[in-house]
Amino acid sequence: MGQREGAAGLTTHAPQAAQAVTLPASLDEAVAALAAMPAAVPVAGGTDLMAAVNSGQLRPAALVGLGRISEIRGWQYQDGHALLGAGLTHARMGRPDFAALIPALAAAARAAGPPQIRNAGTLGGNIASASPTGDALPVLAALEATLVVAGPGGARREIPVSHLLAGMEMLRGGELIGYVRVPLLHAPQVFLKATGRTGPGRAIASVSLVLDPARRGVRCAVGAIAPMPLRPLDAEQWVASLIDWDNNRAIVPEALAAFGEYVAAACIPDPAPAEDGSVPPLPPAVLHLRRTVAALARRALGRALS
Amino acid sequence: MSNDTATATPAEPGTAPEPPPHGLGVSLPSVEARAKTEGTFPYAADLWAEGLLWAAVLRSPHPHARILSVDTTHAREMPGVRAVITHEDVPGTALLGRGRADRPVFASEVVRHHGEAIAAVAADHPDTARMAAAAIIVEYEVLDPVTDPEQAFEAEPLHPDGNLIRHIPLRHGDPDAAGDIVVEGLYRIGRQDPAPIGAEAGLAVPRPDGGVELYVASTDPHTDRDTAAACYGLEPERVKVVVTGVPGATADREDQGFQLPLGLLALRTGCPVKLTATREESFLGHVHRHPTLLRYRHHADAEGRLVKVEAQILLDAGAYADTSSEALAAAVSFACGPYVVPNAFIEGWAVRTNNPPSGHVRGEGAMQVCAAYEAQMDKLAKKLGVDPAELRLRNVLATGDVLPTGQTVTCPAPVAELLQAVQEFPLPALPKDTPEDEWLLPGGPEGAGEPGAVRRGVGYALGMVHMLGAEGTDEVSTATVKVHDGVATVLCAAVETGQGFTTLARQIVQETLGIEEVHVASVDTDQPTAGPSARGRHTWVSGGAVERAAKMVRTQLLQPLAHKFGMSTELLQITDGKITSYDGVLSTTVTEAMDGKELWATAQCRPHPTEPLDGDGQGDAFVGLAFCAIRAVVDVDIELGSVRVVELALAQDVGRVLNPAQLAARIEAGVTQGVGAALTENLRSARGLVRHPDLTGYSLPTALDAPDIRIVKLVEERDVVAPFGAKAVSAVPVVTSPAAIASAVRAATGRPVNRLPIRPQAAVVTATQ
Repeated sequence: MGQREGAAGLTTHAPQAAQAVTLPASLDEAVAALAAMPAAVPVAGGTDLMAAVNSGQLRPAALVGLGRISEIRGWQYQDGHALLGAGLTHARMGRPDFAALIPALAAAARAAGPPQIRNAGTLGGNIASASPTGDALPVLAALEATLVVAGPGGARREIPVSHLLAGMEMLRGGELIGYVRVPLLHAPQVFLKATGRTGPGRAIASVSLVLDPARRGVRCAVGAIAPMPLRPLDAEQWVASLIDWDNNRAIVPEALAAFGEYVAAACIPDPAPAEDGSVPPLPPAVLHLRRTVAALARRALGRALS
Repeated sequence: MSNDTATATPAEPGTAPEPPPHGLGVSLPSVEARAKTEGTFPYAADLWAEGLLWAAVLRSPHPHARILSVDTTHAREMPGVRAVITHEDVPGTALLGRGRADRPVFASEVVRHHGEAIAAVAADHPDTARMAAAAIIVEYEVLDPVTDPEQAFEAEPLHPDGNLIRHIPLRHGDPDAAGDIVVEGLYRIGRQDPAPIGAEAGLAVPRPDGGVELYVASTDPHTDRDTAAACYGLEPERVKVVVTGVPGATADREDQGFQLPLGLLALRTGCPVKLTATREESFLGHVHRHPTLLRYRHHADAEGRLVKVEAQILLDAGAYADTSSEALAAAVSFACGPYVVPNAFIEGWAVRTNNPPSGHVRGEGAMQVCAAYEAQMDKLAKKLGVDPAELRLRNVLATGDVLPTGQTVTCPAPVAELLQAVQEFPLPALPKDTPEDEWLLPGGPEGAGEPGAVRRGVGYALGMVHMLGAEGTDEVSTATVKVHDGVATVLCAAVETGQGFTTLARQIVQETLGIEEVHVASVDTDQPTAGPSARGRHTWVSGGAVERAAKMVRTQLLQPLAHKFGMSTELLQITDGKITSYDGVLSTTVTEAMDGKELWATAQCRPHPTEPLDGDGQGDAFVGLAFCAIRAVVDVDIELGSVRVVELALAQDVGRVLNPAQLAARIEAGVTQGVGAALTENLRSARGLVRHPDLTGYSLPTALDAPDIRIVKLVEERDVVAPFGAKAVSAVPVVTSPAAIASAVRAATGRPVNRLPIRPQAAVVTATQ
């Protein structure tokens, strides 16, 4: 009562077109479904895929939904590693029990967008989309994670995540990312992301840093500034040599800032010198990005060692 | 039921149940709120008609190109396609535009911005329509786009009307006046998009008489009806605009550009036609806030009193004029802000470019200059070594002072009181850096913020806007109030855009007639015009018309009684459906007095006229002004340049509070839109091509970005010329908050912050700075 009526009694019904959707219950069934329908597209959380569908950029002839494959929605332990199901959602990875295992991945998952996206988006989807700003990617690069890929006939093969992201190895037709093998390092790990705002947003730059006390190593990856995460290997080795691993992982305070600069210069190098030997200055926006990476790397190392 | 919420709480035993709130000054809940929350409220995109066709629009991929040929053969031959139309199929006037009709319905010879419409298709499925639109072959000769507004003066004309849309050289006072202290600055304001929550959509239904009905989320139905009729070559009576639910309108929804092809396709095919814009189309098609370049020089005496302001203001209008002329008038008139400036020399231009189109967005013109003149006030305070708030207090405007346009401020202008209110409000506590204390750092809950790098800053801004159309616009609204069977109905073509007009109209009728149950009819163009929903008009003109009509009904109702009792109608009062005399002796019920009759009255409200600005930018151009003071508190991570707005304390000149809850919601919405303009919202384009026209690339503020909003004081000094004495409230917080945030970031970092939105690199403090 008192409400404005809907325009002229027109209804709000709209018919929907039917679409072929398969909902397999196991990884092998899913692979079989993909093999049977080569035009089908696998979909997990759909946070990237459905946006492409809705905008008309993608019109899959059929969909293979991965949401009912319970074997890839959890994780298991395997000789010092965790085997993470590709269907783990960001929301699940963000919880404290997961954070106790792989803190950096949990932090990345919590930062990966608003709750609606985190509830739907998955680890496997983050890898398959391979967006430069995918928050899980620098963490997986720093952890040197390996993908377990399921293929037709129950075949399994392993690919380092960095090989896939760099395009050195590709998924073949009918293959699916089943699991992600991540080492359990039992040491501090950090993921830091700069967005320029307080609410959820895409990273301007992100840094993941993990300590590997058994190998006395520091591994660091910088995300969002290049098509794939970048590893500043020299900076990692240099700073690992400065850490007193037997004495509470102590480090001279100056080394933190120097590490930040080292990482930033490695990832965003100075332009090549001109013929007369002079180095042209970086554009202001790039300079800011370099400063951002330096600050993130310094803070990440500081937090990991504190 | 209109009062569900109010009566749902069970009364305490032994006490009388609270009467439901009604009348003016109470927080009457909106009747639409429930349906909107539950998702059952019908918006234009939800409409459906039997046998409808779907439309799609072909848009230009280039910002500037000559169209050599348009070949629709393939599109027409596609199965399922029912009509393909181009500029050749427009039977009537082929130009549209608010303010000035200079935008073609479909581009014919040239495209002037990325996303300009070239052709439209109707088909039996939305995908078919889109594919057919894509199958239209357009041969372009790509031209160099003019994207720098400063180049527009010298560039080849982009339009037969030339590149200069308007030039206002405002001259006020002594040009030779000079101050002891001079500060200068160059400021840039970005392109804010209104980003309505629902993208543009509509349904056109052909009528048996050869006319057409348009079901659209129009905010100005009568103007849209007239434009559509002219375009279709029909008499206005044969085109009817029916207003559907409006999913967000902080600006003119670019509905004309959608309505016109829609109706043309419906007339051509004889079928209902529906069009829903994608988010990308919405970003490309509708108007944005004018990107602005401002150059300022302030002169002050040794005490910090302003002597002279010189400014140059350049608005980038995009390819078409739209409301740029009005925006420029506001920018030039309010270029000095709510300060007393004896000598002002302001030159403003609105020019055409091939950038995305600009037009009416809340606080147009006034918002851009506010950011600039408040930056100047900060500079002046720094140079003089005076507290920024104190410097502002020395210069504030009051009733009786003269604006740079020569107009004397006759309405309440409690600017000093507003500023003092926010200044005296206690500052938010500094968070303690302990693990137990939740401190939302810049960068967010999982961000990279580090307490050691965070600096806090406090900044002030004063803003002003004008209400209603300016410069001689005929601001009129008509409303009808009908009472029958104890129920009142309001018919008024004022569109409810979420601003709360429906609720206000119910309150006005409740207050005047004492009738609890008031319905507000839906809007279409069979009703008399009420004008656009913009600039706080409807509270003033439509609210005024509703009140007058309700008073006329009251007189009709009470006149016979008054006559019978031998007293004037003023001595009778209506409350809770009962009519009583002033002394309580005589009493009857409304139902009895009505005696089964139906009472109707129609009234108009037309505020006193204004005049255009003359050749020197002088004239009484504005009906009324509204003011606002905001104190911003921000935290800045000075290494990453990330900014979090901690708190915005606001004091506003509202005239009179008509609905406290609705008022607070309008202020919070306005402030939050301002936060977006200050920090994240900028529709970027590169050489005229819009980059990332989606809600991932265009960052709107979320709940985490929105600060604590403290409404410290609402000054209720009634504006005698306004109905109820109430002022428009939505626009002035949008105008003022970006300037306040920039001022606070300046205080935190010591950086100049001369560009909005504030980019992270502008808020970084490095060792050399």
